Amino acid sequence: MKVLKTYIIPRLIQYLLVIFIGITITFIIPRLTPIDPVQSAINRLTSYGGAYMEPEAVASMQNTLKELYGLEGGVVEQYFAFWKHLFTFDFGPSLSMFPTLVTEIIANSLPWTFFLLFFSLIISWIIGNILGGLAGYFKEKKWSNVLAVVAMSIYPIPYYVMALILVILFVYIFPIFPMMGGYSVGIQPSFTWSFFLDVLRHSILPAISLILVGIGWWFLSMRSMTSNIVAEDFVTYAEFAGLPKNKLLYSYVMRNGVLPQITALALQIGGIFNGAIITEVAFSYPGVGSLLQKSITNGDFNLMMGISVLSIIAIATASLIIDLIYPLFDPRIRYR
Amino acid sequence: MFVIIKDLLKRDKKFLFGFTVISILVFLAILSAFSPYDPRSWNVVPKDKSPSFQHLLGTNSMGQDIFWNTTHALKNSFILGLTTACISTIIGTIVGLIAGYRGGILDRILMSINDSFIVLPSLPILVFLSFSLREKMTIFVMGAILSIFSWPWGGKQVRAQVLSLREREFTYTSIFSGMNMWKVVFKEHLPFVIPWVIANFINTILWALGMEITLSVLGLTSLETPTIGTTIHWAMQYQAIFRGIWWWMLTPIILSVIFFVALYMLSVSISEFLDPRTRLQRIKMGG
Repeated sequence: MKVLKTYIIPRLIQYLLVIFIGITITFIIPRLTPIDPVQSAINRLTSYGGAYMEPEAVASMQNTLKELYGLEGGVVEQYFAFWKHLFTFDFGPSLSMFPTLVTEIIANSLPWTFFLLFFSLIISWIIGNILGGLAGYFKEKKWSNVLAVVAMSIYPIPYYVMALILVILFVYIFPIFPMMGGYSVGIQPSFTWSFFLDVLRHSILPAISLILVGIGWWFLSMRSMTSNIVAEDFVTYAEFAGLPKNKLLYSYVMRNGVLPQITALALQIGGIFNGAIITEVAFSYPGVGSLLQKSITNGDFNLMMGISVLSIIAIATASLIIDLIYPLFDPRIRYR
Repeated sequence: MFVIIKDLLKRDKKFLFGFTVISILVFLAILSAFSPYDPRSWNVVPKDKSPSFQHLLGTNSMGQDIFWNTTHALKNSFILGLTTACISTIIGTIVGLIAGYRGGILDRILMSINDSFIVLPSLPILVFLSFSLREKMTIFVMGAILSIFSWPWGGKQVRAQVLSLREREFTYTSIFSGMNMWKVVFKEHLPFVIPWVIANFINTILWALGMEITLSVLGLTSLETPTIGTTIHWAMQYQAIFRGIWWWMLTPIILSVIFFVALYMLSVSISEFLDPRTRLQRIKMGG
């Protein structure tokens, strides 16, 4: 019971606070924009129809649209209505792809993002941790230092620049990979083997860019972690006690070094929505990131809101879960 | 302070590399004051000329000299990085010092806010903010906005340091000799955390410049101000790679790569210097 009071409840309060701050910010900001979604929708309609509309017809349409878009009433009313909708996962219709529902549009893009990011993340996590662990354990070896220098020169490069370098190299100079996009133009998305291969071919370059940067980061943090653990007393003691080197490396050093990496991995999985924006824009990959960019250029409030609210909840939830189960992995940390 | 820098320059190759590169870039940024062209005006030189003695890095499709534009871009990048790092370091350091010193409920409240900001997905929110403020987006406004999301990291680190300082003898001595909280915090504790603050300062600059590139590529900054990000944006807009104007695209790419690697080397070298374990190793190796 003491655990509940001193550990679990504060974490839960923190969780709610994060969601509250995040969602309030995302609610306020789009409302400061100069774009009026109702007016732009009407402009679109009148330009399509090309016909003159009576002022009364315009006014009544404005009201209908306002109601549909959830822009009725004062800001405070809208804010409460927004929370109400949020609890039912109802973000309303998209303003730019009216009347498709925001949740539906996001659900269509999510598999692309998830497929790309999840696999790149897992691959870079595994490779980065193994290399980093070995490099930290054999810190004096030459190859360890070479790897470190390589990682240190890849990791700080801004992600967009990295993606750009890869595009220039492998699309323009050595055209190994296809031009951007999720799949070839003219192919109908279907559950066939050839479509799958096509999707895979298109995802290789964005995946490589993510994996390269990812490996750099995991490598550096794992290397510094293990090189600290190697210097700790219990490792020195085990060494003097004559423990085989392999056992020392895997069950003493790597095992302890990988624990914080698990936390970071969980946070990154939660943050999948976050990192995808640049990758997808750079490679025109049809995921949630491209969707967010499109919603920005179209001033699509509901879509923007839906995406950011989902990403806030995903990240907050991932970090909550990790905080709650972490002490099960790491015996050194107790529920305090 | 200068002794430390001299020491690091002599002993640490990473620091030497970072320091040299940054010094050269600062020099280039200062050179922008002597630029013969106004960075905002178009068609001042012939378009799309490859590098030559007259135009060291060539010219772009908007009729601007790339070398001189780059000096302006560097100046603006430094201004942005320093603005963001100054604001967020000041907020973060004060919050960290107070939270660590006072402890208790105040600490818990401050750290809850702090953690909430750390967990917030900054990119989507930054994208919104810049979207709404696009018209008023000067370098300083952008620096201020970016600091909203970067102060908590420094705050956390400073607090951790202060928590250990708090229990030391000299803290009690100064409290018992009648110093109030502000005096203890700023006169006694601050000097100890300064090195961490500096390492964090550099990391914030790195982060801010990366964000600037991201937002510019999305077209969310004031695009007529030359920065590394807007240079990339315009080169992309004019399909510089397609049309073989490689000098336009390559300049911001190479520049940002060496800039970022140099800053990162500086920050790594300072954090290694701070870590007592690596310092011990250095002494052992006779360094």
